[in-house]
Amino acid sequence: MGEAGGRASGRVPDFVVHDKGDSVGVVVVEDVEAGAELSGWVLGTDETMTVRALEAVPLGHKVALVDLEAGKPPIKYGQEIGRMVAPVKRGGYVHVHNLKTARW
Amino acid sequence: MTAQQFNGYRQEDGRVGIRNHVVVLPLDDISNSAAEKVAHNTKGVQALSHAYGRLQFGEDLELFFRTLIGMGSNPNVAAVIVIGIEPGWTGKVVEGIAKTGKPVEGFSIEHNGEIQTVANASRKALDLVQWASERTREPFPISDLWVATKCGESDTTTGAGSCPTVGSASDKLEPLGATLCFGETSEITGAEDLCVARAKTPEVGEKFMRTWQAYMDEVIEPYKTSDLSDSQPTKGNIAGGLTTIEEKALGNLEKIGHDCRYIDVLEPAETPASGPGLYYMDTSSAAAECLTLQAAAGFVVHFFPTGQGNVCGNPIMPVIKLTANPQTAREMVEHVDYDCSGIFRREMDYSEAGDGLFDLMLRTCNGRLTRAEGLGHREFVLTKLYRSA
Repeated sequence: MGEAGGRASGRVPDFVVHDKGDSVGVVVVEDVEAGAELSGWVLGTDETMTVRALEAVPLGHKVALVDLEAGKPPIKYGQEIGRMVAPVKRGGYVHVHNLKTARW
Repeated sequence: MTAQQFNGYRQEDGRVGIRNHVVVLPLDDISNSAAEKVAHNTKGVQALSHAYGRLQFGEDLELFFRTLIGMGSNPNVAAVIVIGIEPGWTGKVVEGIAKTGKPVEGFSIEHNGEIQTVANASRKALDLVQWASERTREPFPISDLWVATKCGESDTTTGAGSCPTVGSASDKLEPLGATLCFGETSEITGAEDLCVARAKTPEVGEKFMRTWQAYMDEVIEPYKTSDLSDSQPTKGNIAGGLTTIEEKALGNLEKIGHDCRYIDVLEPAETPASGPGLYYMDTSSAAAECLTLQAAAGFVVHFFPTGQGNVCGNPIMPVIKLTANPQTAREMVEHVDYDCSGIFRREMDYSEAGDGLFDLMLRTCNGRLTRAEGLGHREFVLTKLYRSA
């Protein structure tokens, strides 16, 4: 996963988080495998976090940062981005198989 | 940040362009053949072929004329030949473009035949391209620059990297007096309340909401067959990790930065008339349609953030592509003008990425070809509101 170094504080992140309160993060490196310990970075801040990936998550796809219940909205950019249609544990892969739009 | 000016071409009406195109504009689909022959005969001239222009009526016809006249009037165009099947509508487009003061001449095919029309128009085109070749660039301030933006083949890296980079550049351009434009009405869905809040005044915010609601009521609702999950987000968006329209919309809106407030809401292809600042335009979210409408409104350069690698260009408006997706930057290298994936490696912050984009924009304005220009991407796609008569 991400190597130590990069600018100023800490290692190069494996995933980024838009807003401190978000419940999902975006993987920004290739080849995240199940079981990997991922380092996360809250964009524009010095805040970092770690999450263990429960499954492989492709570059650009979302990882759950908390346990997400079915029927509840996940939060990204500090906003609701739809409705979970299946539960996902922290570290799980969030996409069209378990998240749907609340709009159309 | 480099010098706060660019070298462009002054148009007769005072607007400033960054390219010196001579174009042949077919009025209608059946004049494409003649227009393309003129462009073949005359080096340095391009034909803007398209699919419409016959039996349109009402609001759809108004948009058609606004788009054609707008393309011809864009300051990136030095001179125009218009070719149509008959003189009436041909003359209407010529008259519209002539208001800019630039050279424009119309030719109609009926009573002449295509071969004679092509010969006459080719002689005129040769004169115009020689005339245009002697125009020279002069320095202008950023306040003379009109910059549009739209994202395409978005993924999650767009909202996290390339769109905020455009947002940073927008926040730097707006105080310098630039005229800016964003749009994509269907793609604001899920972030419409945030978009309303970015209006300069409550009245402008209400105007945006009426535009967005009209799109939902008049386009989406009557024509949808199930939901839009197969179109918005697109298959490419989903492959890139975007799951819902709400998520896509929130990323899309990052393009307007944090400080800019839009000062008016434009009809498709409508030219801004309220002075410098940010404008919202009612457009489709399809890349070529949106870019065509923005070029027709008079925008001369474009910021195009992409995630998975949209390859779209425009015949007259240089389109600067940027991506924060490291895989796309590597695999789609010939389409990427600016790689800002360093944001995710913490090599640059948004402001530094915005500075880099601003600098590349100035170089593009000064004459540097974009990847899309170099590859010959010239997508010109008219927005059609409904079937012709």
